[in-house]
Amino acid sequence: MMRFIWPFIVFVGLAGFLYVGLGLNPHEVPSPLINKAAPAFNLTQLHDPSKQFTNEEMKGKVWLLNFWASWCAACQGEHPVLLALSRKNIVPIYGVDYKDNPMDGEGWLARNGGDPYTLIVTDPSGRLGIDYGVYGVPETYVIDKQGMIRYKQIGPVTNQNLRETILPLVAELQAK
Amino acid sequence: MKRLLIFLLCLLPVLAYANEARDMADDPVLEKRMIGLAQNLRCLVCQNESLASSHSGLAEDLRREVREQMTKGMTDQEIIDYLVSRYGDFVLFDPPVKRYTLVLWYGPFALLIIGLIGLVVQLRKRKKDIVEVQLSAEDAHRAADLLNSTKD
Repeated sequence: MMRFIWPFIVFVGLAGFLYVGLGLNPHEVPSPLINKAAPAFNLTQLHDPSKQFTNEEMKGKVWLLNFWASWCAACQGEHPVLLALSRKNIVPIYGVDYKDNPMDGEGWLARNGGDPYTLIVTDPSGRLGIDYGVYGVPETYVIDKQGMIRYKQIGPVTNQNLRETILPLVAELQAK
Repeated sequence: MKRLLIFLLCLLPVLAYANEARDMADDPVLEKRMIGLAQNLRCLVCQNESLASSHSGLAEDLRREVREQMTKGMTDQEIIDYLVSRYGDFVLFDPPVKRYTLVLWYGPFALLIIGLIGLVVQLRKRKKDIVEVQLSAEDAHRAADLLNSTKD
């Protein structure tokens, strides 16, 4: 009997590792930018290309920065969630129209039920995306009053991750 | 008329030159250096491909970024640091030895040593278990007899 104990323990250990591995998503690469200053930008606004917007203006506020694009399929699923969130006026959502033609971006918003963003900047070259370590849209950053990135949502914002992660974090950061 | 048309249509492929890959740098030395660096970097979109071979939009952007930083005179290490600061160690195909990569780097050797210790312990135990049978004088005599009888 005893001679089977060790192989059995090794088997259970290995099976445990593999079971945990099954639940991990290899596409979720943890961002090294968490708890670091959000990279500065000064970019053209989508609705009014004569104006610029810089994240310096957001000091003292908790806000969301959402990367989206008209060519991004997952963004369509996320859009109603963002629209509902913007109606609640809990936290301002700023958008980045990532690697997109501004005309396509405007058209996409009109077709998909409206504009949930307080303001949208354009990033046609994808350079801001590289600065923020974006590797697939949609991605959403929670940025605090000091301009630090506190959380990165990889993939669409859903009602579930809003309820469980993003909104509690926003409330906590706003209370600080 | 019809023949002329066919003839002209046959000439059409002459116009279809293959184009250079769009995102080539003008400087072949720099391009070579960029490819050399990008081969050791992971594309985050198609994770088992290197930045050098991937066709994803992000990989193209990152190659452009690397190329521009090289033209600016940044060293390879500076460019790697730049990418790691944005995408994490995950972009490196050759991850650095850190606290949380210790198992990755030294785990196999630890397993090898555990295996060797196990083997030695088992062999020693077996040596103890196998009792050498002493040949009695009578048996030795019989064996000698048998051996002698086969000789004849």
